[in-house]
Amino acid sequence: MKTNKVIMQVVQNVIAWMVSLTVLIPLVVIFISSFKTEAESYTLTLGLPKKWMFENYSVVVERGKLLGSFFNSFTYASISTLIIVVLSTLAAFVLARNKNKRNKIIYYFLVLGIAMPVNYISLMKVLQFTHLINTRIGIILIYAAFALPISVFISYGFIDTIPRELDEAAIIDGCTPSSLYFKIVFPLLKPIIATLFVLNFMSTWNDFTMAIYFLNESSKWPMTLAVYNFFGQYSTQWNLVCADIVLTCIPVLIVFILGQKYIVSGMTSGSVKE
Amino acid sequence: MDRNKTYPWYFASGALLLFFILCFIPSVIGVFYSFTDWNSFSDKVSFVGFDNFKTIFIGDKSYLTFIGNTVYFTVFTTALKTILGLIFALLFTRGIKLANFHRMVIFSPQVLSYLIVGLVFKGMLHPSTGFLNIFLDKIGLDFLSNDWLGSIKYAFPAVMAVDTWKGVGYGMVIFIAGIQGIPESYYEAASLDGAGFMQKTLKITLPLLMPTLIMTTVLNVTYGLRVFDIIYVLTNGGPGYATDVMNTAVFKEFSRGNYAVGTALSTLLAVFTMAISYFILKALNKKEEY
Repeated sequence: MKTNKVIMQVVQNVIAWMVSLTVLIPLVVIFISSFKTEAESYTLTLGLPKKWMFENYSVVVERGKLLGSFFNSFTYASISTLIIVVLSTLAAFVLARNKNKRNKIIYYFLVLGIAMPVNYISLMKVLQFTHLINTRIGIILIYAAFALPISVFISYGFIDTIPRELDEAAIIDGCTPSSLYFKIVFPLLKPIIATLFVLNFMSTWNDFTMAIYFLNESSKWPMTLAVYNFFGQYSTQWNLVCADIVLTCIPVLIVFILGQKYIVSGMTSGSVKE
Repeated sequence: MDRNKTYPWYFASGALLLFFILCFIPSVIGVFYSFTDWNSFSDKVSFVGFDNFKTIFIGDKSYLTFIGNTVYFTVFTTALKTILGLIFALLFTRGIKLANFHRMVIFSPQVLSYLIVGLVFKGMLHPSTGFLNIFLDKIGLDFLSNDWLGSIKYAFPAVMAVDTWKGVGYGMVIFIAGIQGIPESYYEAASLDGAGFMQKTLKITLPLLMPTLIMTTVLNVTYGLRVFDIIYVLTNGGPGYATDVMNTAVFKEFSRGNYAVGTALSTLLAVFTMAISYFILKALNKKEEY
């Protein structure tokens, strides 16, 4: 019985390591290769570079015109995230607090968007009509619009947990609806705002589809599209492609490490019964 | 307190307006354009009835392949992510060493872009210079090496494996949260009655995880049906039509200027997705009443 238990323990640990290595190895190979010479990175292996080519990174930044793309990605991700946080918490606040028939219809209408696939081609028509196609503001609004359903859903569930007595006290003390929201409720929403921020920043930063459909000037491209284009031009120089990949991943990895607990709480809200 | 005054509905108008213009309107006019001959070559758009749908279902066999591939992709990746995610979650809630480290590692691809993951595996799976074939060669299993992304036989399984590699951590983390929410006393009571690990898993863990399973299944299915990035980067639908799905087909129609057929495909996809999500929620919700 005892030896059986020990064997089980060993087997479990071995499986865990095998799975983790399957995830880690590709990432490590890319990271190591980003410091190799062109010849050495021709084959992708786990071998360490003979000479560490740190200059690969400066070459990539220059040739891939990454500074501009980095700025674009950062602008798109932060501004659209800001819009999402304000609009979705504002909406969730009134919809969750006042569940009359009209508000319920509005809520379900918005949340329906979670499962709805995008119709890219007719979206293009709408963007042409509103003169938003191929513009920075257009792509920011697209990111914000498509992230609204899930964000409203997450905020709605959270606002339901804040006691309504607070609002009543504030109203008796003479708060207007907007000061009630901004002074009393908004500060209490910190955890959910962190979640919305982390999830939306990452998904906007990582987006590729919207950019490839709706941005056709390279000066407006986000990092993902710039990397893809770079890969098209230098597909045999894996050292440079790898350095480009690493640079694109760094911001989301930082957000991931800093915001880990908010990611998990955001993902599980609604899908795990407390 | 007057609720309509305290919580004015126009606070929701910003969200509503943005969603209405950029998400709802395109879907609706998409349905309308599905019945026209809209394309990039002429400014005139005229009504053609069900012609686009006839092209998709009867005219050109390739469209049926795209639809079949989409269903195939959705079913397989959802099953893989759910089953593996559950196994990993069970594994990492049983007092394994370094469980937190393993969890974080397995979850980490989730935060990377599909484009990045696609590029990484384009390198890893390259037939002559990629890591996998070189590794198989080194450990003497060179007969297993293949042109993973370039052969009709292996391209689709390879794409689905990469997608699972990226997505499995998501379900795992949600399942772990669900398992940790189950009171320890249930298992203690079951142990006293002589239940083993399998019995506890089947009779306690799985039924109590049902709401979590429903949610992840819906999310995985809706993701699978609209998959685009990972396939576009890895194979762009090739070789031939072997890995083409509905959204890669939509992009090809878009690039060629066949807007009407593209919107018709998108509309079909939307109808599928809504219907399937509805039925999954309905079917699984019934089982929840334990």
